[in-house]
Amino acid sequence: MNILDDLDAKSLRHDIPDFRAGDTVKVHVNIVEGSRSRVQLFQGIVIGRSGDGIRETFTVRKVSFQVGVERTWPVHTPVLEKIELVSRGDVRRAKLYYLRKLRGKAAKVREKRDNVK
Amino acid sequence: MTVNTRTVKGLLGKKLGMTQGWDADNKLVPITVVEAGENVITQIKNLEKDGYAAIQLAYGAIEPRKVDKPTTGHFAKAGSTPRRFLAEIRTADTDIYTVGQSIGVDIFEVGSKLDVVGTSKGKGFAGVMKRHGFSGIHASHGAHKNHRKPGSVGAGTTPSRVLKGKKMPGRMGTDRVTTLNLTLHGVDLEKGLLLIKGAVPGPKGQLVFVRNAVKETD
Repeated sequence: MNILDDLDAKSLRHDIPDFRAGDTVKVHVNIVEGSRSRVQLFQGIVIGRSGDGIRETFTVRKVSFQVGVERTWPVHTPVLEKIELVSRGDVRRAKLYYLRKLRGKAAKVREKRDNVK
Repeated sequence: MTVNTRTVKGLLGKKLGMTQGWDADNKLVPITVVEAGENVITQIKNLEKDGYAAIQLAYGAIEPRKVDKPTTGHFAKAGSTPRRFLAEIRTADTDIYTVGQSIGVDIFEVGSKLDVVGTSKGKGFAGVMKRHGFSGIHASHGAHKNHRKPGSVGAGTTPSRVLKGKKMPGRMGTDRVTTLNLTLHGVDLEKGLLLIKGAVPGPKGQLVFVRNAVKETD
């Protein structure tokens, strides 16, 4: 409990799906170019969430033309149009930094099968 | 004698801590929250009687039992219960205030520039590298047990003493520090909060003085 939680609560977004490391997400980013704005898509695996409350950020990694690309956003930033959950991943840790060393098939995350539960 | 013609608006407040928000362009803004609720004007000083024009502000809760009689009387004169802190603002426009009036965060406009005066965090006994930004001595190249020292503190026989004011190790911090030209990002009128862009001096819970910027340049 923090003194400023009440204040931060106003800036928190409630339309963000519940996602965690290993999940594949489609991030809709609002990009402003001069006076025009457009939405850019970034799809990849969430390799971690960090921080708490309004400071919380998440990192998405994808491999594009054999080059690893990672982008980090605050979870509650108004820059994001929306976050779409594509699939749930079956992983054992909260930070998937090991994916950076892996290439190709090894860098895949198994999909979570709900019926196993 | 020159008469001060500058008008200064100011409030006493308490630094609550830092958080973040977003501006109109969706850019992340670091925010310091300062609680500057009810500030009571307890005295107005004028040129004729006091030799200078100023207003006296009072802020902060205190148990009346802990306040001595003369101080209680001073507050009673303004029709107020005792407050913990008093501060004086020298300003030319004292006539817009009345004794006993309560002012709050609405005196500042959102987007305007502010100065914040506070007391910096105490750093304890600090060496010259931390305290004065000295470069220290080599980490390697044969340096032996001699890495963060100040080096020579002066010449020898002449003057055969260390000059006054020489920068030496010592107590660092708990100084009066003013941060100039911070932008007011927003206010919370209900709770009396100032959301100031950037950092202000001192630890959380510290008394700070917020005033409109005196050296504003666009």
